[in-house]
Amino acid sequence: MSEDNNTKGLLGWIDARFPLSKMYDEHLGKYYAPKNFNFWYFFGSLALLVLVLQIVTGIFLTMHYKPDGDMAFKSVEHIMRDVDWGWLIRYLHSTGASAFFIVVYLHMFRALIYGSYQKPRELIWLFGMFIFLALMAEAFMGYLLPWGQMSYWGAQVIISLFGAVPIVGDELTLWIRGDFVVSDATLNRFFALHVVAVPIVLLMLVVMHIIALHGVGSNNPDGIDIKKTKDANGVPLDGIPFHPYYSVKDLVGVVVFLILFSVVVFFMPEMGGYFLEYANFVPANQFKTPEHIAPVWYFTPFYAILRAVPDKLLGVIAMFSAIVVLFLLPWFDRGKVRSIRYRSTSFKWLLAMLIVSFVGLGYLGALPSTGIRTLFAQIFSVGYFGFFVGLWFISKNEITKPVPERVQ
Amino acid sequence: MPSDDTDNDRRRFLTAATVVVGAVGTVAVAVPFLSSWSPSARARTAGAPVVADISKLEPGQLVIVKWRGKPVWVVRRDEAALETLPEVTDQLRDPDSESSNQPVYATNEYRSRKPEYLIMEGICTHLGCSPTYQPEITADFQGGFFCPCHGSKFDFAGRVYKGVPAPLNLPVPPHYYMSDGVILIGEDGVA
Repeated sequence: MSEDNNTKGLLGWIDARFPLSKMYDEHLGKYYAPKNFNFWYFFGSLALLVLVLQIVTGIFLTMHYKPDGDMAFKSVEHIMRDVDWGWLIRYLHSTGASAFFIVVYLHMFRALIYGSYQKPRELIWLFGMFIFLALMAEAFMGYLLPWGQMSYWGAQVIISLFGAVPIVGDELTLWIRGDFVVSDATLNRFFALHVVAVPIVLLMLVVMHIIALHGVGSNNPDGIDIKKTKDANGVPLDGIPFHPYYSVKDLVGVVVFLILFSVVVFFMPEMGGYFLEYANFVPANQFKTPEHIAPVWYFTPFYAILRAVPDKLLGVIAMFSAIVVLFLLPWFDRGKVRSIRYRSTSFKWLLAMLIVSFVGLGYLGALPSTGIRTLFAQIFSVGYFGFFVGLWFISKNEITKPVPERVQ
Repeated sequence: MPSDDTDNDRRRFLTAATVVVGAVGTVAVAVPFLSSWSPSARARTAGAPVVADISKLEPGQLVIVKWRGKPVWVVRRDEAALETLPEVTDQLRDPDSESSNQPVYATNEYRSRKPEYLIMEGICTHLGCSPTYQPEITADFQGGFFCPCHGSKFDFAGRVYKGVPAPLNLPVPPHYYMSDGVILIGEDGVA
């Protein structure tokens, strides 16, 4: 209410009718974030930036794209060649997809090294994981829309994963596709989900993620609870208002990000076949699978786990488990110390193993499988899951360094 | 407002009843939306049987017939190809096609009505890629089909090898011979 905010004029009029000043204070002006944020804290705001970029470019792409099995491929070429600046809007969108995953993976890594998922931030982590899941669904369905060879066969393979479900598997894949093979029906429903349904879910989850964060308060590189030491006004001594301090800091991150992003958009939008795969410049052909099919880079770690298991159902289970264990991370970690700065050497070794395994799987997932590569994929898969199992064991009685009372 | 004369049992009953009726309504409303995802009448019609003329097929040749949008292969196997079938049996996961999908008349070593002609769906039982035809018999591979996606191997009867991700033999669609050189794919015909 206006009495609480002491606002006058137009703002006072609004505040009496909508809690504008209150919301501004809660999320920006009087949201006290720890003063020791470092490089790793850029990626949350960058993810938000990319989300806006994807929504805006996506809206403009739908104005020219046609979700029809006979016209989709041609309409994408039409956007690239005939629509004024169409190539730029599409490359912003396709590069944005990869940028989204880069930013989100780094954002998740930050949570991992500073224990941002630990009590009392489990729900922030879970909302974040649901965002990751929605993002994967969004990316997968968006990739079908250009209706190229890789779109088509990638969708065919991923939808077939559901065929591994016992008993109802075949019926389920038929229902998802709406036809006996990936077809116009599939394309049309994926379009609807990609441009309407999943973005709405994504936006809701982002709001929940941020509300939960601003309720509990941000973690920091020391993993210290800054709300423990407050001044007379109840303001954390180690906290600084998000605006202007972090809004300005994030602006620096945005500028650097946009420079790198522009380099990709303007000079290497295909990124050597990793951001846009070459086989996707060939129209979908339901009778011919490309020689080598691989998902886009951000799915390759999970795809490599799928391929590492020489059994259909077990492979699918292993792949989905790789996501499920991420959801359960706050409960695998039984430690009390958050930040890697004060955690044990065994934690650091486990983390190193996770990084090597994840990057290794990502690399192998993009290549055709051979005997030796499958063996390595199996080793890395064990390394990936080993992190979570290992964490559960070492974190119970972990020997940690003393955590300081205040931010250093 | 709760007061002393509030009938809590009555309240609880009404709340529960409202929830139950609401839930039933929600489920009922979900049915049309979920059903709309099933293959449409048009997609089902496109799944009707197709006729294929196979009289001009050379030995060793493969032709693709479109049925239900899927590639269906018709292969005319030569003598050499047929001879490999008993030789590779011990390397196969399901040599007798006990757990695989095929009509009764194709549940045999050749997985076909006539040994010479193989009629089979060209969709890998692993994750739905279309395997490639490998007619050459070499020391490494006795010929058959190879799936480029995840490396599954099949013999000349579409039977899956051991140690590859595909769980089952390639499916054989229902089919019958309308005459010597003409087949119909999609129906069993009269036995």
